[in-house]
Amino acid sequence: MEATIALSLDLKGLSCPIPIVKTAMAMKQLAPGQLVEVFATDPGSVPDFKAWSKTTGNPLIESGEEGGVFRFLLKKKEVVR
Amino acid sequence: MAAEVLILGGGVGGTIVANLVAKQSSGKAHVTVVDATGIHVYQPGFLYVAVGQERPAALQRPETSLLRDDVSLVVERAVRVDPVTRKVLLESGRTLGYDHLLLATGSRTVMDEVPGANDAHTFYTMDGAARLFEALEAFDGGSIVIGVAGIPYKCPPAPVEFVFLLDDYLRARGIRDKSEIKLLSPLNRAFTIEATSKLVQPILAERGIELTGFFNVESVDPVVGTVSSLEGETVAYDLLVLVPPHRGQKVIEDSGLGDERGWVPVDKNTLKHTQFEQVWAIGDTTNIPISKSGSVAHYEASVVAAEIIAAVRGEAAPAHVYDGKVMCFLETGRGEATTIRFDYDHPPVSPSPARRWHWAKALFNKTYWHTVPQGRLP
Repeated sequence: MEATIALSLDLKGLSCPIPIVKTAMAMKQLAPGQLVEVFATDPGSVPDFKAWSKTTGNPLIESGEEGGVFRFLLKKKEVVR
Repeated sequence: MAAEVLILGGGVGGTIVANLVAKQSSGKAHVTVVDATGIHVYQPGFLYVAVGQERPAALQRPETSLLRDDVSLVVERAVRVDPVTRKVLLESGRTLGYDHLLLATGSRTVMDEVPGANDAHTFYTMDGAARLFEALEAFDGGSIVIGVAGIPYKCPPAPVEFVFLLDDYLRARGIRDKSEIKLLSPLNRAFTIEATSKLVQPILAERGIELTGFFNVESVDPVVGTVSSLEGETVAYDLLVLVPPHRGQKVIEDSGLGDERGWVPVDKNTLKHTQFEQVWAIGDTTNIPISKSGSVAHYEASVVAAEIIAAVRGEAAPAHVYDGKVMCFLETGRGEATTIRFDYDHPPVSPSPARRWHWAKALFNKTYWHTVPQGRLP
């Protein structure tokens, strides 16, 4: 089943690391497997979200840009038993 | 009749603007500064208090000694601002009216927002820095962990500077080999700015300072002695030093002048409130995405002062705007430092660490009292 987006965060105009911190905080509220989409304008957020996803194990499903706004789709990692 | 210019807060920004407006308005403005303590504190010195290189008394002066004689000072806490009737309510119940208002109330630290962190050390307050030095003097080896518990925070380079000065301190005491220094960073590098990180990270490695990335402090367990991150990691400590969460002052929040964290929304070039007329904000007080530091308040001050003077005279706003200029020193230990300079249009640059930057910082710290508050340094 295709997962729906559980949460959308508008973090435009904020500079890193604020988008990372706000996303990390928001993700605490989600259940494993749920999706969060993030909108940001700081170009530094592209490598930062990529690295954050890799380090924390929360997969970065999509990453794109439209008209200077970056969109990231992240999935909360499944709990390892 | 002279226009009433009211400034809430006698920090770097408030003091410079007060002096410049009083000096340059040719008697057309009367300036009043409202400050809760009446004591001007040089906050960049807290870092040195924490490692025993500075005394708290050297970092404080009466605000009256820094203001021109024709600026009035009211030592009282402002509790409410009404930007519609243009009145400010003070704690005593007294009300002050204004024609032009500058919000220069800065930021406050709120360690109690972090569960379990109430006894964690910090060098972000004068008392905290003094208490941290006492704890370091009693420290005889173990793990010292430095973490960040909220973004944004004042003086972004400070945690990195602290670990370098701490390394020097522990070596001088001959207990470095019995101690670990761990820096927990909000991003996957030592510092937000990539260019500065590249310069600093090899020095951290060379000094044996361990860097853990993507560790945004969420809570502390003071009984077990561990600190945990939003990212789900846990690190043990013997001595914990945290950068506390910051927010705007209560008067801003209570008056509905700021966002959900009490930061005042302003135009990033003119520093004018986005909603209310004849209201400006400066330095840490604003929501603009730039460092919270005295340096920013310093560079913004001449712009804000010129705008207030133009408003007092009924002239058009000046063409000169704030361009996002920031200049910080960053101590790298062993008597060396680097600098970080940037603005809205120019990415940060940092020279290789050298003794001359350390001496420049030391000189600035000493001459501050005679130059910056008076508006003598552009």
